[in-house]
Amino acid sequence: MKILVCISKAPDTTTKILFKDNDSVFNEDGVTFIINPYDEWYALVRALELKETLGGTVTVLHVGLASSDTEIRKALAIGADDAVRIDAEPNDASFVAKEIAEFAKDKSFDLILVGKETISFNGATVGGQIAGSLDLPFISLATKLDIESNNAIVEHDIDGGIEVLECEMPLVISCSKGMAEARIPNMRGIMAARTKPLLVLPSFGSQRLTNTIKYSLNPGRTTCKFIDAENAQQLIELLHNEAKVI
Amino acid sequence: MSVLVIAEISKGKIKKASLEATNYAFQIASQLSKTVTALILGETSGVNLDDLGKAGASKILTANDKKLESGDAKIICKVISDVMAQESSEVIVFSHDFNSKNIAPYLAAKVNAGIVPAAVDFPSIENGVFLVKKNVFSGKANATYQIESAIKILCLLPNSFPVELDKNKECVIEQYTAQLDGLESKIKIRETKKSSDSINLPEAELVVSAGRGLKGPENWGIIEELATELGAATACSRPVSDIGWRPHHEHVGQTGIAIRPNLYIAIGISGAIQHLAGVNGSKTIVVINKDPEAPFFKAADYGIIGDAFEIVPKITAALKNFKSSQH
Repeated sequence: MKILVCISKAPDTTTKILFKDNDSVFNEDGVTFIINPYDEWYALVRALELKETLGGTVTVLHVGLASSDTEIRKALAIGADDAVRIDAEPNDASFVAKEIAEFAKDKSFDLILVGKETISFNGATVGGQIAGSLDLPFISLATKLDIESNNAIVEHDIDGGIEVLECEMPLVISCSKGMAEARIPNMRGIMAARTKPLLVLPSFGSQRLTNTIKYSLNPGRTTCKFIDAENAQQLIELLHNEAKVI
Repeated sequence: MSVLVIAEISKGKIKKASLEATNYAFQIASQLSKTVTALILGETSGVNLDDLGKAGASKILTANDKKLESGDAKIICKVISDVMAQESSEVIVFSHDFNSKNIAPYLAAKVNAGIVPAAVDFPSIENGVFLVKKNVFSGKANATYQIESAIKILCLLPNSFPVELDKNKECVIEQYTAQLDGLESKIKIRETKKSSDSINLPEAELVVSAGRGLKGPENWGIIEELATELGAATACSRPVSDIGWRPHHEHVGQTGIAIRPNLYIAIGISGAIQHLAGVNGSKTIVVINKDPEAPFFKAADYGIIGDAFEIVPKITAALKNFKSSQH
């Protein structure tokens, strides 16, 4: 089985979010980047588990600049067989999805896995756009994935519940919590990653359809008003008269 | 020419998030001097659709076809793009929820549209420049996007605006016959497990949530009583769903679902940064925790330090008194 896992990078969860150039660009100075957790913990690890039981290969694909090579090497250390980086600024989801689709269209992957969204831009659109571009079936927000002969059996989140779907491969799946448990690369994996192939390709020149103009920080909450536990009932008056939410 | 909104039905009613999206589409249509067409995919018999008209749709199209049942994005996007052509729609509005995450990006690729998911404000449209604000960095910031393509897809984050219904607005309802000959879905449903919760968590305006501080699943009675009295949905923190005290779909936070209700009451949840990422869009946050150092208090509007098992029943009782005094 040939599996493609698309990975993006994101600032570590604890990062202080700051902007620069008149608030038009995210300030990466001093920021620690990680592989987007949905891409790593769920998409990549489940792909590796499937490969270990069924055989095949796992390729990781990243659209980004050379500064991402650290994250790509980590994906190889966790166990991916090879990596591809499309050398372009990943600043529009439509662009990223089309670049991935252009790369994948003649490679006959059985499965294309992505994380459900990045923890930075929270868009959740790349997987669906890859599927649409390649005219492949798409299953979003998957929490479980198994293979039975040539079919993917996928459990995924729907409005107020879950659904179990069956779909003939190839298809695109966006992965959510539950697919697999995080893996920590071991020393052997880290050593092996150094010599695994990382192919760098130029951009296919896909169109960008959106452009980020400006960022603004959401003001945090100023102060917490404390209510004495003895007078907990006061909360109801405050929620009604002051916050006006009940 | 019309702005197209994709509306959904759940439990025999139009979803609140769909009414919000229709209001949103109406505001955009007003800016563009256009009207709103709402499209509903699936069974609508016995459902009162009038509220979609009151929310701003001047035409409602219902498309029901057995082939739509699998929820396959390919089939659904075929119908939507046919309707877009019929209605000359260049702006498509979804609510940013489970279904739109499946459909909207697929449609974007099919019709070459720029897509802004999780939009939180009305677009600004001036001299052909189309700007929309969306939530980024798990609610810590907003980003303003310019959509440069002719066709634009916007997915409105639920609970961004209160629903406004105008009883004087009228609409026509038409059946739309989907052209799906020769299209077969490769996706088959094996099983559907729906929760019996009466209030859908992503849409809920009031949410009562609890964490490890409750000590065990058998203690959730006080949480459910408060939620019932309040008319609120129940939610939980990640550790609680991981150890199976509460169902997976109740988990809010970075890896669960993100919500932004008017009121979020967090009981026995310390407020890890990953949890805050899923709830910091809530308008009012109440934190009840026995640890005065719990980080959640820094993100709260109201805090009570103390034992949840004593405090929560007091609040429920006070709420009962309050409700009877309102009558």
